[in-house]
Amino acid sequence: MAKERSERNLLSFFSGRQFLIPLAALLALVLFNLIVDPEFFRVTYGRNSEGYPVLSGNLVSILDDGSELAILAIGMTLVTAASGGQDVSAGAVVAICGSVLLRVLCGTGVASGQLQAPIIAAFLVCCLAGILCGAFNGALVAFFRIQPMIATLILFTAGRSIAAWINNNELLRVTDSTFACFGGYIKGVPIPTPVFIAVICFAAVWALLRFTSLGLYVQSVGISEKTSRLNGLDPRIIKVGVFVIMGFCCAVAALIKVSRLSTINYSVIAKDIEMDAILAVALGGNPLSGGKFRMSSSILGAYVIQFLTTTLYKLDVQSDALSAYKAAAVILLVVLSAPAVREKLMKLLRSVTEQKSSADGGRI
Amino acid sequence: MKENTILEMRGISRSFLSVKALQNVDFTLRKGEIMALMGENGAGKSTLIKILTGVYTKDSGEIYLEGRSCPVEISSPQMAQELGISTVYQEIPLCPNLSVAENIYAGRRRKGLISWRRMNEKAKKLLTSLGIPASPVQPLGSCSVAVQQMIAIARAVDMECSILVLDEPTSSLDEKETERLFELMRQLKAKGTGIIFVTHFLDQVYEVCDRVTVLRDGRLTGEYSVSDITKVQLVAEMLGRELSEAPVTAAAEEKPVGDVLYHGVNIRSSENIAPFELTVHKGEISGFAGLLGSGRSECVRAVFGADKVTGGTVNMGGKAVTIRKPSDAIKQGIAYLSEDRKAEGIIGELSVRENIILALQVKKGFFRPFSKAEAEGFAAEYIKALGIKTASADTPVKELSGGNQQKVILARWLLTHPGYLILDEPTRGIDIGAKADIQRLVKKLADDGMSVTFISSELEEMLSICSRLFIMRDRKMVGELSGSQLSEDNIMKTIAGGERNGEGTQ
Repeated sequence: MAKERSERNLLSFFSGRQFLIPLAALLALVLFNLIVDPEFFRVTYGRNSEGYPVLSGNLVSILDDGSELAILAIGMTLVTAASGGQDVSAGAVVAICGSVLLRVLCGTGVASGQLQAPIIAAFLVCCLAGILCGAFNGALVAFFRIQPMIATLILFTAGRSIAAWINNNELLRVTDSTFACFGGYIKGVPIPTPVFIAVICFAAVWALLRFTSLGLYVQSVGISEKTSRLNGLDPRIIKVGVFVIMGFCCAVAALIKVSRLSTINYSVIAKDIEMDAILAVALGGNPLSGGKFRMSSSILGAYVIQFLTTTLYKLDVQSDALSAYKAAAVILLVVLSAPAVREKLMKLLRSVTEQKSSADGGRI
Repeated sequence: MKENTILEMRGISRSFLSVKALQNVDFTLRKGEIMALMGENGAGKSTLIKILTGVYTKDSGEIYLEGRSCPVEISSPQMAQELGISTVYQEIPLCPNLSVAENIYAGRRRKGLISWRRMNEKAKKLLTSLGIPASPVQPLGSCSVAVQQMIAIARAVDMECSILVLDEPTSSLDEKETERLFELMRQLKAKGTGIIFVTHFLDQVYEVCDRVTVLRDGRLTGEYSVSDITKVQLVAEMLGRELSEAPVTAAAEEKPVGDVLYHGVNIRSSENIAPFELTVHKGEISGFAGLLGSGRSECVRAVFGADKVTGGTVNMGGKAVTIRKPSDAIKQGIAYLSEDRKAEGIIGELSVRENIILALQVKKGFFRPFSKAEAEGFAAEYIKALGIKTASADTPVKELSGGNQQKVILARWLLTHPGYLILDEPTRGIDIGAKADIQRLVKKLADDGMSVTFISSELEEMLSICSRLFIMRDRKMVGELSGSQLSEDNIMKTIAGGERNGEGTQ
């Protein structure tokens, strides 16, 4: 009897916990690295070029480099859930936001290295740009009923040109050390700042889901727009809302990205990051057709993807071949997390446990 | 297997996790007979049908088909089709944006190219032979639900099946269409097709069926010849208890009319209905009667703002109010249960709890979410009050049976404590037990002072519940009956246009 219960618990555990998919992928990657090179996990405590103590190692760089992706995955999860489609313009919007940020920081003068405006003001304008881009995408989706991928294709195509145009295609450079903190280290703190920014974003979205009805509304609209409307919701506002949140996420990611380099490369910054963000949502086991979502799962998915990227770098995969290797690994992960495959696996698991229990029964 | 038997299912069991949906059920179908399959929601009808059609696999049991000595394993719907088992489901799984002909022939195994002209010609012949008023080239979505249903049957018929399963095909058909469908069923029966007819309508069982199989709580209750069992016996079998005859009779009593709660003049909507006037009194149950497509639903949707409201003035409790969209109506204490439970009622993947609190949460506001404890309290309260059968409040609502889904939506609206509750076909397609529950509840709510508007296709049900009826004909309100005027005769006369009543005469 007790055994039966424990088996049922095991079954429901596997079928019920969406979180398990990215977790299993993460474990697989950890295991792989352990076998190939246990040194991978070494974290060292040393001093950087400026003489401040910092932590370094692959794990730290995964957390560091994965920040932008994880932040974008937040927005992408909401967009996917509410609209049943994805925002492919995320990378281009990051470029626009980054460009605006630099423009405000450097003012009208040619790159002098001196800050012409407070960082907070520049960041607020950058957020405004992101929110406007999001509202534009959202309006196309909500009011003109254009499929999200098509609607966001507009900014995907035009975004980087707009970004270059904002700064007359000049390569502005900011040498201010305070600004460099956002993509580097705060003096005396051994953990990279992007990690903190990401954590603040997670806390913000957690609070948003906990202290507002966002989660319920987004899922309702994603599952049944008609029902949501009859219950007094305006699906259009919800949709614009999630795209606006996505735009805000892009602005935060832009701050980190620009700060890392102190400059911007319009055609390369945050390139293809939207695809990784979509992947994070899928890997998190969230249906890409919208509806139910689990934010923590997407975020974990984002770090799994970063883990994979870092692993491949460490294996000395040539940078042009990187995407091919990544694609191969991703296919495996996504196929395993697909609902159809999951169901098959569940069935297999069930029949195995049943056989085992019947065999036990026979022995008795 | 006996002579004439084309299908025999023996000892079928199936469970879903811990719920035993079917336990050791036997079922036989003879050649050229119409077998009714009856039972309350959750009795296991759908599960049995889905096992037969390969949607679900059975846990144990055997299925024998005519002409095969050994039991068959039906592992997919395609396989069921190849074995000559065709199904028409209650909810039509066809493609609304494809043409009628494409829908009829889609998914058939055929080699080579398709001749569109030939396909359309064939479809036309088929449609004419069955008397279905549709053109092969028009998109399916432009047909009425009833015609779509007929087309689904045409599709099944054309596949030359030996076993035809009709899963509540009549629930969205009006009388004339139902009659046409029965004619079709009798034709097929004469050709030797065995028909399994799942229905909730007792009268239809007696009109068209030869035998009836009754399920209750996943077990076989019995198999009877229709001529051997009376209606009351049959109902008692389904419910597992003696039914007091006609549980609801109150319409005849004159109730004092309460104050006017809602008064709308010249209301119009985008759905092509003639502007109408509506007065609703406190504590009164009113209803809209009329034929299918006469504009009953469109009227109440205009009141709630579910369709685009294009004009009219509304007065509630003496104050002029504007209702243009559902959220306006909800603010005024109006609640509306849509007739389309699946598309406009439930949020399928969300839990029972989330479905129950949705409307009140929206009313309360975005920045003031219910705590989990509050939400659980509401859910527990209403699950108990309405007798919702669910494994837990966390169960996705789509896993519940139709009657229980309906109760969840009802709970959602009751939780908002509306002053005016509009129920559009709340009892359609749900079992007798749940139906009686809902009827009783509606009466109690009205006694407590709530105004209710109730729509049903069953005249009898309307008469037993409503004390005022608005009569619709051809998208126009043509009359209003109340008190002693309420009788089947009067209603039908008004619908037919023989009786002068109100403004609607030509």
